[in-house]
Amino acid sequence: MTTSSPPEARWDLRAFALPALILLAWSAVTWLQLVDTKVIVPPWKVIDTALSELGRSDFYMGVVMSLWRDLAGFSLGAVAGIALGVLLGVSSLAALLIGPTFHTLRQISLFAWLPLLGAVAGSGNLSKIIFVAFSTFYPVVLATLAGVQGVSQAHAEVARVYGFTHSQIFWRLILPSASPQILSGIKLGLIYAWLATIGAEFLLYDFSNGLGMIVIRGRSAFRVELILFGLLAIGLIGYGFNRLAEAAERRLLRWRAPAC
Amino acid sequence: MSASAHDSQVFPGITLNTPPWSGTSRHLADACATLGRLLRVALVGLVLPALLLGLWWLTAQRAWIAPQILPSPAFVWESLCIVLDSGELWPHIGHSARRVGWSLLLGGGAGLVLGFGMGLSSTLRAYLLPTLRALAQVPVIGWIPLLIIFAGIEEPLKLWAVSLAVAVPVMLTMLDGIANISTTLLEVGRVYCFSPVQILRRIVLPATLPSLFSALRQGVMQAWLTVIFVELLSASDGLGFFMAYSRSLGQIDMVIVSMAVIGAVGILIEVLLRLIERPLQSWRRAAF
Repeated sequence: MTTSSPPEARWDLRAFALPALILLAWSAVTWLQLVDTKVIVPPWKVIDTALSELGRSDFYMGVVMSLWRDLAGFSLGAVAGIALGVLLGVSSLAALLIGPTFHTLRQISLFAWLPLLGAVAGSGNLSKIIFVAFSTFYPVVLATLAGVQGVSQAHAEVARVYGFTHSQIFWRLILPSASPQILSGIKLGLIYAWLATIGAEFLLYDFSNGLGMIVIRGRSAFRVELILFGLLAIGLIGYGFNRLAEAAERRLLRWRAPAC
Repeated sequence: MSASAHDSQVFPGITLNTPPWSGTSRHLADACATLGRLLRVALVGLVLPALLLGLWWLTAQRAWIAPQILPSPAFVWESLCIVLDSGELWPHIGHSARRVGWSLLLGGGAGLVLGFGMGLSSTLRAYLLPTLRALAQVPVIGWIPLLIIFAGIEEPLKLWAVSLAVAVPVMLTMLDGIANISTTLLEVGRVYCFSPVQILRRIVLPATLPSLFSALRQGVMQAWLTVIFVELLSASDGLGFFMAYSRSLGQIDMVIVSMAVIGAVGILIEVLLRLIERPLQSWRRAAF
Protein backbone atom coordinates (compact mmCIF):
# COMPACT_ATOMS: atom_id res chain seq x y z
CA MET A 1 0.00 0.00 0.00
CA THR A 2 1.47 3.31 -1.06
CA THR A 3 0.46 6.49 0.66
CA SER A 4 -0.84 7.96 -2.59
CA SER A 5 -3.76 5.52 -2.73
CA PRO A 6 -7.01 6.82 -1.22
CA PRO A 7 -7.51 5.70 2.39
CA GLU A 8 -10.89 4.05 1.77
CA ALA A 9 -11.06 2.71 -1.74
CA ARG A 10 -14.50 1.78 -2.97
CA TRP A 11 -13.55 -1.82 -3.58
CA ASP A 12 -10.78 -2.59 -1.21
CA LEU A 13 -9.56 -6.09 -2.00
CA ARG A 14 -8.46 -6.53 1.60
CA ALA A 15 -12.12 -6.81 2.52
CA PHE A 16 -12.23 -10.20 0.86
CA ALA A 17 -9.21 -11.61 2.68
CA LEU A 18 -11.06 -12.73 5.78
CA PRO A 19 -14.09 -14.30 4.03
CA ALA A 20 -11.76 -16.08 1.60
CA LEU A 21 -9.64 -17.35 4.47
CA ILE A 22 -12.70 -18.60 6.34
CA LEU A 23 -14.08 -20.27 3.23
CA LEU A 24 -10.74 -21.88 2.51
CA ALA A 25 -10.33 -23.18 6.05
CA TRP A 26 -13.92 -24.37 6.08
CA SER A 27 -13.52 -26.25 2.80
CA ALA A 28 -10.19 -27.69 3.88
CA VAL A 29 -11.32 -29.12 7.21
CA THR A 30 -14.48 -30.59 5.73
CA TRP A 31 -12.69 -31.93 2.66
CA LEU A 32 -10.06 -33.64 4.78
CA GLN A 33 -12.73 -34.90 7.20
CA LEU A 34 -10.91 -33.33 10.12
CA VAL A 35 -14.19 -32.50 11.83
CA ASP A 36 -17.56 -34.09 12.19
CA THR A 37 -19.12 -33.15 8.85
CA LYS A 38 -22.54 -33.58 10.38
CA VAL A 39 -21.90 -30.57 12.61
CA ILE A 40 -19.62 -28.58 10.33
CA VAL A 41 -21.13 -29.26 6.96
CA PRO A 42 -19.02 -28.70 3.85
CA PRO A 43 -19.72 -25.50 1.91
CA TRP A 44 -20.81 -27.35 -1.24
CA LYS A 45 -23.53 -29.04 0.73
CA VAL A 46 -24.87 -25.62 1.72
CA ILE A 47 -24.84 -24.58 -1.92
CA ASP A 48 -26.61 -27.81 -2.84
CA THR A 49 -29.29 -27.17 -0.25
CA ALA A 50 -29.60 -23.56 -1.32
CA LEU A 51 -30.14 -24.60 -4.94
CA SER A 52 -32.74 -27.19 -4.04
CA GLU A 53 -34.52 -24.82 -1.63
CA LEU A 54 -34.51 -22.06 -4.22
CA GLY A 55 -36.33 -24.45 -6.55
CA ARG A 56 -39.11 -25.12 -4.04
CA SER A 57 -42.23 -23.01 -3.84
CA ASP A 58 -42.23 -23.57 -0.07
CA PHE A 59 -39.22 -21.34 0.29
CA TYR A 60 -40.79 -18.48 -1.64
CA MET A 61 -43.99 -18.86 0.35
CA GLY A 62 -41.87 -18.61 3.49
CA VAL A 63 -40.15 -15.47 2.31
CA VAL A 64 -43.45 -13.90 1.32
CA MET A 65 -45.07 -14.80 4.65
CA SER A 66 -42.15 -13.43 6.65
CA LEU A 67 -42.08 -10.25 4.59
CA TRP A 68 -45.81 -9.84 4.99
CA ARG A 69 -45.60 -10.18 8.78
CA ASP A 70 -42.64 -7.86 8.87
CA LEU A 71 -44.10 -5.13 6.69
CA ALA A 72 -47.64 -5.28 8.07
CA GLY A 73 -46.37 -5.05 11.63
CA PHE A 74 -43.81 -2.45 10.70
CA SER A 75 -46.29 -0.11 9.03
CA LEU A 76 -48.74 -0.37 11.92
CA GLY A 77 -46.02 0.22 14.47
CA ALA A 78 -44.38 3.06 12.55
CA VAL A 79 -47.62 5.00 12.00
CA ALA A 80 -48.71 4.53 15.61
CA GLY A 81 -45.20 5.39 16.78
CA ILE A 82 -45.02 8.65 14.84
CA ALA A 83 -48.49 9.58 16.08
CA LEU A 84 -47.65 8.96 19.72
CA GLY A 85 -44.23 10.55 19.41
CA VAL A 86 -45.70 13.76 17.97
CA LEU A 87 -48.45 13.76 20.59
CA LEU A 88 -45.98 13.32 23.44
CA GLY A 89 -43.77 16.03 22.02
CA VAL A 90 -46.49 18.57 21.28
CA SER A 91 -48.85 18.27 24.20
CA SER A 92 -47.48 18.54 27.70
CA LEU A 93 -50.72 17.08 29.03
CA ALA A 94 -50.24 13.97 26.89
CA ALA A 95 -46.64 13.79 28.04
CA LEU A 96 -47.78 13.85 31.66
CA LEU A 97 -50.64 11.46 31.04
CA ILE A 98 -49.05 8.86 28.77
CA GLY A 99 -45.33 9.44 29.24
CA PRO A 100 -44.82 7.64 32.57
CA THR A 101 -46.84 4.61 31.49
CA PHE A 102 -45.03 4.45 28.17
CA HIS A 103 -41.59 4.72 29.70
CA THR A 104 -42.45 2.10 32.30
CA LEU A 105 -43.88 -0.42 29.84
CA ARG A 106 -40.87 0.18 27.60
CA GLN A 107 -38.69 -1.39 30.26
CA ILE A 108 -40.34 -4.77 29.81
CA SER A 109 -37.99 -6.67 27.55
CA LEU A 110 -39.57 -7.06 24.13
CA PHE A 111 -39.71 -10.82 23.98
CA ALA A 112 -41.30 -11.00 27.41
CA TRP A 113 -44.54 -9.96 25.72
CA LEU A 114 -44.60 -13.02 23.49
CA PRO A 115 -45.92 -15.66 25.93
CA LEU A 116 -48.83 -13.46 27.00
CA LEU A 117 -49.51 -12.43 23.43
CA GLY A 118 -49.41 -16.06 22.38
CA ALA A 119 -51.89 -16.95 25.11
CA VAL A 120 -54.33 -14.15 24.29
CA ALA A 121 -54.09 -13.99 20.50
CA GLY A 122 -52.88 -17.48 19.64
CA SER A 123 -49.70 -18.23 17.76
CA GLY A 124 -51.01 -17.37 14.31
CA ASN A 125 -50.27 -14.43 12.09
CA LEU A 126 -52.23 -12.00 14.25
CA SER A 127 -50.03 -12.18 17.30
CA LYS A 128 -46.88 -12.19 15.19
CA ILE A 129 -47.94 -9.01 13.42
CA ILE A 130 -48.94 -7.37 16.71
CA PHE A 131 -45.56 -8.28 18.13
CA VAL A 132 -43.69 -6.87 15.14
CA ALA A 133 -45.76 -3.69 15.35
CA PHE A 134 -44.92 -3.45 19.01
CA SER A 135 -41.21 -3.75 18.49
CA THR A 136 -41.26 -1.13 15.73
CA PHE A 137 -43.35 1.16 17.88
CA TYR A 138 -40.82 1.85 20.68
CA PRO A 139 -37.84 3.07 18.68
CA VAL A 140 -40.08 5.13 16.38
CA VAL A 141 -41.82 6.84 19.32
CA LEU A 142 -38.53 7.67 21.00
CA ALA A 143 -36.94 9.02 17.83
CA THR A 144 -40.02 11.04 16.88
CA LEU A 145 -40.22 12.48 20.36
CA ALA A 146 -36.58 13.55 20.17
CA GLY A 147 -37.23 15.08 16.76
CA VAL A 148 -40.30 17.02 17.88
CA GLN A 149 -38.52 18.29 20.95
CA GLY A 150 -35.79 19.52 18.65
CA VAL A 151 -38.09 21.75 16.59
CA SER A 152 -36.57 25.20 16.85
CA GLN A 153 -38.36 27.76 18.97
CA ALA A 154 -37.92 30.38 16.25
CA HIS A 155 -39.71 28.27 13.65
CA ALA A 156 -42.54 27.57 16.07
CA GLU A 157 -42.91 31.30 16.68
CA VAL A 158 -43.01 32.02 12.96
CA ALA A 159 -45.75 29.42 12.63
CA ARG A 160 -47.68 31.08 15.45
CA VAL A 161 -47.26 34.52 13.90
CA TYR A 162 -48.63 33.26 10.60
CA GLY A 163 -51.55 31.69 12.44
CA PHE A 164 -50.88 28.15 11.24
CA THR A 165 -53.72 25.71 11.81
CA HIS A 166 -53.04 22.47 13.66
CA SER A 167 -52.73 20.45 10.48
CA GLN A 168 -50.42 23.07 9.00
CA ILE A 169 -48.27 22.96 12.10
CA PHE A 170 -48.04 19.21 11.74
CA TRP A 171 -47.34 19.05 8.00
CA ARG A 172 -45.33 22.25 7.54
CA LEU A 173 -43.46 22.59 10.78
CA ILE A 174 -43.16 19.40 12.81
CA LEU A 175 -42.76 16.79 10.09
CA PRO A 176 -40.08 18.63 8.11
CA SER A 177 -38.17 19.68 11.23
CA ALA A 178 -38.25 16.30 12.85
CA SER A 179 -37.82 14.27 9.67
CA PRO A 180 -34.16 13.31 10.18
CA GLN A 181 -34.85 11.85 13.61
CA ILE A 182 -38.11 10.27 12.49
CA LEU A 183 -36.34 8.62 9.58
CA SER A 184 -33.53 7.33 11.73
CA GLY A 185 -36.18 6.00 14.11
CA ILE A 186 -37.89 4.29 11.20
CA LYS A 187 -34.60 2.79 10.11
CA LEU A 188 -34.09 1.42 13.60
CA GLY A 189 -37.70 0.27 13.63
CA LEU A 190 -37.13 -1.64 10.41
CA ILE A 191 -34.19 -3.48 11.99
CA TYR A 192 -36.22 -4.25 15.10
CA ALA A 193 -39.19 -5.36 13.01
CA TRP A 194 -37.04 -7.91 11.20
CA LEU A 195 -35.56 -9.11 14.48
CA ALA A 196 -39.05 -9.43 15.91
CA THR A 197 -40.35 -11.27 12.85
CA ILE A 198 -37.65 -13.90 13.13
CA GLY A 199 -37.94 -14.05 16.91
CA ALA A 200 -41.71 -14.44 16.77
CA GLU A 201 -41.38 -17.21 14.20
CA PHE A 202 -38.93 -18.99 16.47
CA LEU A 203 -40.98 -18.70 19.63
CA LEU A 204 -44.53 -18.90 18.25
CA TYR A 205 -43.91 -21.91 16.10
CA ASP A 206 -47.10 -22.91 14.29
CA PHE A 207 -46.24 -25.11 11.27
CA SER A 208 -46.98 -22.29 8.87
CA ASN A 209 -44.45 -20.88 6.45
CA GLY A 210 -41.74 -18.41 7.21
CA LEU A 211 -37.99 -17.92 7.06
CA GLY A 212 -37.67 -18.44 10.80
CA MET A 213 -39.54 -21.71 10.44
CA ILE A 214 -37.06 -22.88 7.81
CA VAL A 215 -34.28 -22.39 10.33
CA ILE A 216 -36.23 -24.10 13.11
CA ARG A 217 -37.02 -26.99 10.77
CA GLY A 218 -33.33 -27.27 9.95
CA ARG A 219 -32.48 -27.40 13.62
CA SER A 220 -35.03 -30.04 14.55
CA ALA A 221 -33.93 -32.18 11.61
CA PHE A 222 -30.28 -31.45 12.49
CA ARG A 223 -29.65 -30.18 9.00
CA VAL A 224 -27.00 -27.54 9.54
CA GLU A 225 -26.92 -26.71 5.85
CA LEU A 226 -30.58 -25.71 6.01
CA ILE A 227 -29.93 -23.49 9.04
CA LEU A 228 -27.03 -21.80 7.28
CA PHE A 229 -29.11 -21.25 4.19
CA GLY A 230 -31.93 -19.77 6.29
CA LEU A 231 -29.49 -17.50 8.09
CA LEU A 232 -28.11 -16.35 4.76
CA ALA A 233 -31.58 -15.52 3.48
CA ILE A 234 -32.47 -13.70 6.72
CA GLY A 235 -29.25 -11.72 6.59
CA LEU A 236 -29.67 -10.81 2.94
CA ILE A 237 -33.20 -9.57 3.46
CA GLY A 238 -32.15 -7.60 6.53
CA TYR A 239 -29.33 -6.08 4.51
CA GLY A 240 -31.76 -5.26 1.71
CA PHE A 241 -34.05 -3.49 4.16
CA ASN A 242 -31.13 -1.51 5.49
CA ARG A 243 -30.01 -0.38 2.06
CA LEU A 244 -33.58 0.46 1.09
CA ALA A 245 -34.07 2.53 4.22
CA GLU A 246 -30.79 4.36 3.66
CA ALA A 247 -31.70 5.13 0.06
CA ALA A 248 -35.14 6.34 1.11
CA GLU A 249 -33.59 8.47 3.83
CA ARG A 250 -31.20 10.11 1.38
CA ARG A 251 -33.96 10.68 -1.13
CA LEU A 252 -36.42 12.09 1.41
CA LEU A 253 -33.88 14.35 3.06
CA ARG A 254 -32.47 15.71 -0.18
CA TRP A 255 -34.40 18.99 0.23
CA ARG A 256 -32.48 19.79 3.37
CA ALA A 257 -29.48 21.94 2.64
CA PRO A 258 -26.27 20.02 3.31
CA ALA A 259 -24.71 21.00 6.61
CA CYS A 260 -21.26 21.60 5.17
CA MET B 1 -47.05 25.85 54.00
CA SER B 2 -48.57 22.86 52.36
CA ALA B 3 -51.44 25.08 51.27
CA SER B 4 -49.34 26.30 48.38
CA ALA B 5 -48.79 22.79 47.17
CA HIS B 6 -52.49 22.16 47.32
CA ASP B 7 -53.28 25.37 45.54
CA SER B 8 -51.11 24.48 42.64
CA GLN B 9 -52.85 21.15 42.50
CA VAL B 10 -56.36 22.54 42.59
CA PHE B 11 -55.60 25.46 40.32
CA PRO B 12 -53.10 24.13 37.83
CA GLY B 13 -53.05 27.52 36.10
CA ILE B 14 -51.48 29.24 39.08
CA THR B 15 -47.71 29.23 39.07
CA LEU B 16 -45.90 29.85 42.30
CA ASN B 17 -42.50 30.55 40.88
CA THR B 18 -41.89 34.02 42.30
CA PRO B 19 -43.26 34.41 45.78
CA PRO B 20 -42.55 37.90 47.10
CA TRP B 21 -40.78 36.68 50.24
CA SER B 22 -37.08 36.27 50.64
CA GLY B 23 -34.71 34.12 52.62
CA THR B 24 -35.58 30.72 53.98
CA SER B 25 -39.32 31.07 53.58
CA ARG B 26 -38.78 31.58 49.89
CA HIS B 27 -36.73 28.41 49.69
CA LEU B 28 -39.46 26.63 51.59
CA ALA B 29 -42.09 27.96 49.25
CA ASP B 30 -40.00 26.90 46.28
CA ALA B 31 -39.58 23.46 47.74
CA CYS B 32 -43.30 23.20 48.36
CA ALA B 33 -44.07 24.34 44.85
CA THR B 34 -41.68 21.74 43.46
CA LEU B 35 -43.24 19.12 45.69
CA GLY B 36 -46.68 20.14 44.54
CA ARG B 37 -45.64 19.97 40.91
CA LEU B 38 -44.10 16.55 41.42
CA LEU B 39 -47.26 15.37 43.18
CA ARG B 40 -49.37 16.67 40.31
CA VAL B 41 -47.12 15.00 37.74
CA ALA B 42 -47.36 11.74 39.65
CA LEU B 43 -51.14 11.97 39.95
CA VAL B 44 -51.65 12.72 36.26
CA GLY B 45 -49.20 9.99 35.35
CA LEU B 46 -51.20 7.49 37.34
CA VAL B 47 -54.43 8.16 35.44
CA LEU B 48 -53.61 5.97 32.47
CA PRO B 49 -52.34 2.98 34.49
CA ALA B 50 -55.47 3.25 36.63
CA LEU B 51 -57.65 3.25 33.51
CA LEU B 52 -55.81 0.26 32.08
CA LEU B 53 -56.08 -1.57 35.37
CA GLY B 54 -59.79 -0.76 35.48
CA LEU B 55 -60.25 -2.06 31.95
CA TRP B 56 -58.35 -5.23 32.82
CA TRP B 57 -60.43 -5.66 35.98
CA LEU B 58 -63.65 -5.12 34.04
CA THR B 59 -62.57 -7.57 31.34
CA ALA B 60 -61.92 -10.20 33.97
CA GLN B 61 -65.08 -9.32 35.92
CA ARG B 62 -67.37 -9.60 32.92
CA ALA B 63 -65.40 -12.59 31.60
CA TRP B 64 -64.94 -10.98 28.17
CA ILE B 65 -61.78 -13.02 27.95
CA ALA B 66 -61.73 -16.42 29.64
CA PRO B 67 -59.93 -16.34 33.02
CA GLN B 68 -57.67 -19.15 31.82
CA ILE B 69 -56.36 -16.74 29.22
CA LEU B 70 -56.44 -13.45 31.10
CA PRO B 71 -56.68 -13.85 34.88
CA SER B 72 -58.04 -11.06 37.05
CA PRO B 73 -55.70 -8.42 38.49
CA ALA B 74 -56.47 -9.60 42.03
CA PHE B 75 -55.42 -13.13 41.14
CA VAL B 76 -52.20 -11.92 39.56
CA TRP B 77 -51.49 -9.79 42.63
CA GLU B 78 -52.01 -12.85 44.83
CA SER B 79 -49.64 -14.87 42.68
CA LEU B 80 -47.06 -12.11 42.91
CA CYS B 81 -47.32 -12.12 46.69
CA ILE B 82 -47.04 -15.91 46.79
CA VAL B 83 -43.98 -15.93 44.53
CA LEU B 84 -42.30 -13.15 46.48
CA ASP B 85 -43.08 -14.90 49.76
CA SER B 86 -41.74 -18.26 48.69
CA GLY B 87 -38.66 -16.67 47.17
CA GLU B 88 -39.12 -18.90 44.14
CA LEU B 89 -38.24 -16.16 41.69
CA TRP B 90 -34.97 -14.93 43.20
CA PRO B 91 -32.78 -17.77 41.88
CA HIS B 92 -34.25 -17.26 38.42
CA ILE B 93 -33.51 -13.55 38.54
CA GLY B 94 -30.01 -14.41 39.74
CA HIS B 95 -29.41 -16.80 36.85
CA SER B 96 -30.55 -14.26 34.28
CA ALA B 97 -28.47 -11.53 35.91
CA ARG B 98 -25.40 -13.78 35.99
CA ARG B 99 -25.75 -14.50 32.28
CA VAL B 100 -26.09 -10.80 31.51
CA GLY B 101 -23.07 -10.00 33.67
CA TRP B 102 -20.77 -12.57 32.11
CA SER B 103 -21.89 -11.70 28.61
CA LEU B 104 -21.30 -8.01 29.25
CA LEU B 105 -17.80 -8.87 30.32
CA LEU B 106 -17.06 -11.26 27.45
CA GLY B 107 -19.04 -9.67 24.64
CA GLY B 108 -18.43 -6.13 25.79
CA GLY B 109 -14.71 -6.80 26.06
CA ALA B 110 -14.55 -8.33 22.60
CA GLY B 111 -16.62 -5.48 21.18
CA LEU B 112 -14.40 -2.87 22.80
CA VAL B 113 -11.21 -4.51 21.55
CA LEU B 114 -12.57 -4.85 18.03
CA GLY B 115 -14.06 -1.36 18.01
CA PHE B 116 -10.90 0.31 19.28
CA GLY B 117 -8.66 -1.81 17.10
CA MET B 118 -10.56 -1.08 13.92
CA GLY B 119 -11.10 2.54 14.90
CA LEU B 120 -7.39 3.19 15.37
CA SER B 121 -5.91 1.04 12.62
CA SER B 122 -7.09 1.48 9.07
CA THR B 123 -5.40 -1.77 8.06
CA LEU B 124 -7.37 -3.78 10.59
CA ARG B 125 -10.51 -1.94 9.53
CA ALA B 126 -9.93 -2.79 5.89
CA TYR B 127 -9.48 -6.47 6.68
CA LEU B 128 -12.17 -7.03 9.29
CA LEU B 129 -14.90 -4.43 9.01
CA PRO B 130 -16.67 -5.54 5.79
CA THR B 131 -16.94 -9.12 7.02
CA LEU B 132 -18.09 -8.12 10.48
CA ARG B 133 -20.61 -5.68 9.06
CA ALA B 134 -21.96 -8.39 6.79
CA LEU B 135 -22.25 -10.82 9.72
CA ALA B 136 -24.03 -8.17 11.78
CA GLN B 137 -26.79 -8.06 9.18
CA VAL B 138 -28.27 -11.26 10.57
CA PRO B 139 -30.16 -10.39 13.75
CA VAL B 140 -28.41 -11.98 16.72
CA ILE B 141 -31.36 -14.17 17.57
CA GLY B 142 -31.12 -15.57 14.07
CA TRP B 143 -27.77 -17.10 14.99
CA ILE B 144 -29.19 -19.00 17.92
CA PRO B 145 -30.28 -22.14 16.02
CA LEU B 146 -26.78 -22.41 14.60
CA LEU B 147 -25.25 -21.82 18.02
CA ILE B 148 -27.46 -24.57 19.40
CA ILE B 149 -25.83 -27.02 16.99
CA PHE B 150 -22.34 -25.96 17.99
CA ALA B 151 -22.74 -25.10 21.65
CA GLY B 152 -25.61 -27.35 22.68
CA ILE B 153 -28.54 -26.01 24.63
CA GLU B 154 -26.75 -25.59 27.94
CA GLU B 155 -25.00 -22.66 29.52
CA PRO B 156 -22.41 -22.02 26.74
CA LEU B 157 -25.23 -21.35 24.29
CA LYS B 158 -26.67 -18.58 26.43
CA LEU B 159 -23.32 -16.98 27.06
CA TRP B 160 -22.41 -17.12 23.38
CA ALA B 161 -25.73 -15.72 22.22
CA VAL B 162 -25.89 -12.91 24.75
CA SER B 163 -22.22 -12.06 24.28
CA LEU B 164 -22.74 -11.80 20.54
CA ALA B 165 -25.71 -9.55 21.12
CA VAL B 166 -23.55 -7.29 23.30
CA ALA B 167 -20.44 -7.34 21.12
CA VAL B 168 -22.05 -6.14 17.88
CA PRO B 169 -23.53 -2.83 19.07
CA VAL B 170 -20.55 -2.13 21.34
CA MET B 171 -18.17 -2.61 18.44
CA LEU B 172 -20.15 -0.47 16.00
CA THR B 173 -20.75 2.32 18.51
CA MET B 174 -17.10 2.50 19.50
CA LEU B 175 -16.09 2.52 15.85
CA ASP B 176 -18.43 5.43 15.18
CA GLY B 177 -17.21 7.23 18.26
CA ILE B 178 -13.60 7.01 17.18
CA ALA B 179 -14.42 7.95 13.60
CA ASN B 180 -16.21 11.06 14.89
CA ILE B 181 -13.28 12.42 16.89
CA SER B 182 -12.80 15.86 15.44
CA THR B 183 -9.75 16.11 13.23
CA THR B 184 -8.98 19.46 14.86
CA LEU B 185 -8.27 17.73 18.14
CA LEU B 186 -6.02 15.21 16.44
CA GLU B 187 -4.20 18.00 14.62
CA VAL B 188 -3.63 19.81 17.89
CA GLY B 189 -2.15 16.58 19.20
CA ARG B 190 0.11 16.38 16.20
CA VAL B 191 1.21 20.00 16.58
CA TYR B 192 2.17 19.31 20.17
CA CYS B 193 4.04 16.18 19.04
CA PHE B 194 1.96 13.85 21.20
CA SER B 195 3.19 10.30 21.41
CA PRO B 196 0.69 7.59 20.38
CA VAL B 197 0.09 6.84 24.05
CA GLN B 198 -0.61 10.49 24.74
CA ILE B 199 -2.97 10.72 21.79
CA LEU B 200 -4.82 7.72 23.14
CA ARG B 201 -4.93 8.96 26.72
CA ARG B 202 -5.46 12.68 26.16
CA ILE B 203 -7.59 12.77 23.01
CA VAL B 204 -9.09 9.45 22.01
CA LEU B 205 -10.26 8.26 25.42
CA PRO B 206 -11.93 11.50 26.57
CA ALA B 207 -13.46 12.09 23.14
CA THR B 208 -14.89 8.58 22.99
CA LEU B 209 -16.23 8.61 26.54
CA PRO B 210 -19.77 9.49 25.42
CA SER B 211 -19.71 6.67 22.87
CA LEU B 212 -18.38 4.36 25.55
CA PHE B 213 -21.48 5.07 27.60
CA SER B 214 -23.85 4.75 24.72
CA ALA B 215 -22.09 1.46 23.89
CA LEU B 216 -22.53 0.30 27.46
CA ARG B 217 -26.18 1.30 27.40
CA GLN B 218 -26.86 -0.48 24.13
CA GLY B 219 -24.90 -3.50 25.26
CA VAL B 220 -26.90 -3.81 28.45
CA MET B 221 -30.20 -3.32 26.63
CA GLN B 222 -29.34 -5.91 23.99
CA ALA B 223 -28.11 -8.32 26.63
CA TRP B 224 -31.32 -8.05 28.60
CA LEU B 225 -33.41 -8.47 25.44
CA THR B 226 -31.45 -11.48 24.25
CA VAL B 227 -31.18 -13.25 27.58
CA ILE B 228 -34.97 -13.34 27.87
CA PHE B 229 -35.22 -14.62 24.32
CA VAL B 230 -32.68 -17.41 24.81
CA GLU B 231 -34.27 -18.44 28.06
CA LEU B 232 -37.68 -18.51 26.46
CA LEU B 233 -36.32 -20.68 23.66
CA SER B 234 -34.37 -23.18 25.70
CA ALA B 235 -33.29 -23.08 29.32
CA SER B 236 -33.83 -24.79 32.62
CA ASP B 237 -33.59 -21.69 34.76
CA GLY B 238 -33.79 -17.93 34.48
CA LEU B 239 -36.67 -15.50 34.20
CA GLY B 240 -37.40 -16.37 30.58
CA PHE B 241 -37.55 -20.04 31.46
CA PHE B 242 -39.91 -19.34 34.36
CA MET B 243 -42.14 -17.54 31.91
CA ALA B 244 -42.11 -20.23 29.24
CA TYR B 245 -42.66 -22.89 31.90
CA SER B 246 -45.64 -21.07 33.41
CA ARG B 247 -47.04 -20.58 29.94
CA SER B 248 -46.78 -24.29 29.17
CA LEU B 249 -48.58 -25.05 32.43
CA GLY B 250 -51.26 -22.54 31.49
CA GLN B 251 -50.48 -20.33 34.48
CA ILE B 252 -50.94 -17.00 32.77
CA ASP B 253 -50.93 -15.23 36.13
CA MET B 254 -47.31 -16.32 36.57
CA VAL B 255 -46.53 -15.16 33.04
CA ILE B 256 -47.83 -11.71 33.93
CA VAL B 257 -45.94 -11.77 37.23
CA SER B 258 -42.71 -12.54 35.37
CA MET B 259 -43.45 -9.73 32.94
CA ALA B 260 -43.78 -7.37 35.87
CA VAL B 261 -40.51 -8.64 37.34
CA ILE B 262 -38.76 -8.29 33.98
CA GLY B 263 -40.07 -4.75 33.75
CA ALA B 264 -38.87 -4.01 37.27
CA VAL B 265 -35.41 -5.31 36.44
CA GLY B 266 -35.48 -3.17 33.31
CA ILE B 267 -36.25 -0.08 35.38
CA LEU B 268 -33.47 -1.00 37.80
CA ILE B 269 -31.05 -1.30 34.88
CA GLU B 270 -32.15 2.10 33.57
CA VAL B 271 -31.65 3.72 36.97
CA LEU B 272 -28.22 2.13 37.37
CA LEU B 273 -27.16 3.26 33.90
CA ARG B 274 -28.18 6.82 34.65
CA LEU B 275 -26.34 6.74 37.96
CA ILE B 276 -23.20 5.58 36.20
CA GLU B 277 -23.52 8.06 33.36
CA ARG B 278 -24.16 11.19 35.39
CA PRO B 279 -20.97 11.77 37.37
CA LEU B 280 -18.62 10.53 34.67
CA GLN B 281 -20.04 12.76 31.99
CA SER B 282 -20.41 15.89 34.08
CA TRP B 283 -17.01 17.26 33.06
CA ARG B 284 -18.27 17.80 29.53
CA ARG B 285 -20.85 20.30 30.66
CA ALA B 286 -18.19 22.75 31.76
CA ALA B 287 -17.62 23.65 28.11
CA PHE B 288 -21.06 25.23 27.74
